[in-house]
Amino acid sequence: MAGKLLTAGKSLGPIRRAFAPWNDPAAKPFIQFQNVTKTFGDFTAVDDLSLNIYEREFFALLGPSGCGKTTLMRMIAGFEEPTSGHVMLDGQDLVGVPPYRRPTNMMFQSYALFPHMNVWDNIAFGLKQDGMPKPDIATRVDEMLALVKLEKFAKRKPHQLSGGQKQRVALARSLAKKPKVLLLDEPLGALDKKLREETQFELIDLQVKLGMTFVIVTHDQEEAMTVADRIAVMDQGKIVQIATPAEIYEQPNSRYVADFIGDINLLEGHISSTEGGVTTLDCDGTGAKVQVSQDGGAKLGDHAWFAVRPEKVAISLSPPADPSVNAVTGEVWDIAYLGDVSIYHVRLATGATVKATITNTTRLVERPITWDDKVWLTWSRDGGVVLTR
Amino acid sequence: MRRGASWFNVTSITLGFAFLYLPIVLLVVYSFNASKLVTVWGGFSTKWYVSLLSNQGLLDAAWVTIRVALLSATLATVLGTLAAIALVRFGRFPGGTLFSGMVYAPLVMPEVITGLAMLLLFVAIGFARGFWTLTLAHITFSMCFVAVVVQSRLITFDRSLEEAALDLGCPPFRTFFTITLPLILPAVVAGWMLAFTLSLDDLVISSFTTGPGATTLPMKIYSQVRLGVTPEINAICSILIAIVATGVIIASAVTKRREVDRQRAERLAIQGV
Amino acid sequence: MALTDRSSRHSRLRWLVVAIPYLWLIVLFLAPFLIVVKISLSTTAIAMPPYTPALDLTAGIGALWEQIKEFSFDNYVFLTEDALYWESYLSSVKIAAISTFLILLIGYPIAYGMARAKKEWRTTLLMLVILPFWTSFLIRVYAWIGILKPEGLLNQLLLSLGVISEPLNILPSTLAVYIGIVYSYLPFMILPLYATLEKLDETLLEAAADLGCPPIQAFWKITFPLSLPGVVAGCFLVFIPAVGEFVIPDLLGGSDTLMIGKTLWAEFFSNRDWPVSSAVAVVLLAILVVPIMLFQNAQKKASE
Repeated sequence: MAGKLLTAGKSLGPIRRAFAPWNDPAAKPFIQFQNVTKTFGDFTAVDDLSLNIYEREFFALLGPSGCGKTTLMRMIAGFEEPTSGHVMLDGQDLVGVPPYRRPTNMMFQSYALFPHMNVWDNIAFGLKQDGMPKPDIATRVDEMLALVKLEKFAKRKPHQLSGGQKQRVALARSLAKKPKVLLLDEPLGALDKKLREETQFELIDLQVKLGMTFVIVTHDQEEAMTVADRIAVMDQGKIVQIATPAEIYEQPNSRYVADFIGDINLLEGHISSTEGGVTTLDCDGTGAKVQVSQDGGAKLGDHAWFAVRPEKVAISLSPPADPSVNAVTGEVWDIAYLGDVSIYHVRLATGATVKATITNTTRLVERPITWDDKVWLTWSRDGGVVLTR
Repeated sequence: MRRGASWFNVTSITLGFAFLYLPIVLLVVYSFNASKLVTVWGGFSTKWYVSLLSNQGLLDAAWVTIRVALLSATLATVLGTLAAIALVRFGRFPGGTLFSGMVYAPLVMPEVITGLAMLLLFVAIGFARGFWTLTLAHITFSMCFVAVVVQSRLITFDRSLEEAALDLGCPPFRTFFTITLPLILPAVVAGWMLAFTLSLDDLVISSFTTGPGATTLPMKIYSQVRLGVTPEINAICSILIAIVATGVIIASAVTKRREVDRQRAERLAIQGV
Repeated sequence: MALTDRSSRHSRLRWLVVAIPYLWLIVLFLAPFLIVVKISLSTTAIAMPPYTPALDLTAGIGALWEQIKEFSFDNYVFLTEDALYWESYLSSVKIAAISTFLILLIGYPIAYGMARAKKEWRTTLLMLVILPFWTSFLIRVYAWIGILKPEGLLNQLLLSLGVISEPLNILPSTLAVYIGIVYSYLPFMILPLYATLEKLDETLLEAAADLGCPPIQAFWKITFPLSLPGVVAGCFLVFIPAVGEFVIPDLLGGSDTLMIGKTLWAEFFSNRDWPVSSAVAVVLLAILVVPIMLFQNAQKKASE
């Protein structure tokens, strides 16, 4: 049932790789939040937030529930008005413009398909509001039905559709009016994992093909990483970091981001040197030294954390050549076997646990390292980052 | 835990429904009694129904009752629906507590108080009592029942449907008529039916607020009941019961049918047909 | 909070949605009560309307004050002096309270049985409870006259079975009033009870059983406490209107069955004493104001 939305014949990779208007000082932002604050009674949902989103960008708002990401999106759609600040779209101030006059469309988490209308009428609904001539509506609706491969289902009511089909009707309905911005509120949350992954790629293809600006709200970091050009990680009404998925993952700017996206090991300590583009961190307790080829904001003497992803940690029974730098030792405390990979939980002398992910290239029976083994964990200079907050 | 028939549940339901229905069944059965003595069975006959047709006073009362019921139910449905929207959608507004108080109070207010109070209002403003005062009174108490019925539907209404309509360019007023109203229509219809039967059945408030020339059927029945039980009253009561029963049975059959259809469609959709 | 729209035409429309029913209820529900209070402070007169002062608002503030000075509490004093009134109040409250308890006792097993019935049966059972609920009160009370009267069906049955040798004098009597109230108000109790019992999560009972709680105890420790909102709603829906009931005591009760609804009706229609009947209504309202407020709170909580 869940066929590809598009025939992904040509590679879209090069187009996406070249696309980075946020690095171009001359590029004009398409959606702008300027010092936007939104309060509900005593609760501050969005706190003095500024943000630029560029045309044709696939932008993800990522964060736990209650972080303000949905409120931010609803301010673009017009369902909430900022308490203070401005929301601009294509140079026009959106504040005070009701939702039904905004050139944006939204795909709702619940899909919000009108239960008393069939698929065709649902998709035609927005077009009818614009007073489009009937033949044009018919053409457009058929086009959209073809796009989401639901031509045979035009006369069905929403309750006669499966979850995946409903999702595609909702998508077709929100795209029918060719909005300047498509807003996607947790669009794939109701689908099962397999269908969700397929649909993520369909969304990317669709976005590139239509050349539209997509803004997606999600709490699923994998989803955000898969679909988005850039991700804004939010916490308590503020944006913690905006960057590409790779930057967010490889160079998180804080423990919050590092922890929210994927798995992370944190070693606490103090900056003992920042010379020659190499930052050195003395770990508390173990006395281990960490050297990172990064000259971020860390200053001599700062309290800081070394953050390294488990898959960037190597595990070995024998000590490395230089055990004083970028290496710690401990005992294997636990092993989680996940099929493709195993995660080793290694307990250090300080009591802290460091995780290392090892790809299972050999069969389980041949596993050389096992419980209670004394092991060495090592990583490269580029393997992790030093964080000061 | 244990769904279905346990002896206790079956007994309590059986006895309960016997208690609820036996008096009504007996009343209907005896309306077909040939004997004038209501409690002695003298053979099957429909003569009391026939004699109703020549009872001009009763027919006039029935006509007044139906007119009042149709008019008051319709207006009460409009007002009650507005009140329900105000209660559910407007959150807190100045005087909101007073408003919700005025909506819920008539549900339990003893009818003698409501009736007396309305009569005194009509006297105080010098409004001639009759058909119109009757209708106004009926609208007022039945709109509150409509409000409660519609309110319970609006509470479970998925707001994102309205937001989707707004998002697709449909202004709020039109959204109400194209999205909200069609979806809450079953509750609005149920509210109308409730208002209609409340108006049809009311005796106490009607007795207070009516005037010359506007006697309703329950008032007519009441004045005759005080004189004793007659087969003719049994007949008119049976007709009223039949009207209400037909309405309720049709309504619940339609609801059940829609529910079954819906479940079947959902099953098919899940199977991917 | 959602759908903020700053266009004024739209916000005017929004306000009409509140204003129309609000004004309607103020004029036709609240104002009449104020008039009742006012008339209860007037004195009887042989005129139309049969009370003074008539409170003529067109006469100006000064004249209004003169009229207000004429207000008296004589009617309330009168209520305390005549045993008929306070005995009516007491007996009404007593009859309503006992009836409410009986209805709860009878209604709970029925509602419980309905909620535990197979799913395909439940809609039908619910409809069967709603049907008498929608049938005229008057007709249902009338049906009992044919059953309970001395030569009625009950006596005929009992006589022919030889259980009794003389007809029972159930009608008219206070016992008949109890039967009438229980019968008429039973659906008001069953419906809210069923609504809460039907929503009860059955896994709670399974969890209780799993933790070693036998079914009877599980009922008292799990089911009953969770059905309390329904019990409360049902009791209010029965008790409050039953206190002011008129039709049932009038048709089924004897001359010794005192109920305040009947007294008020007689005061108004037979004695044509509007100020005293207004005072009776005000005191009745004062008795019921606490239960009514509690009921409204319960309703509001349930709808939030």
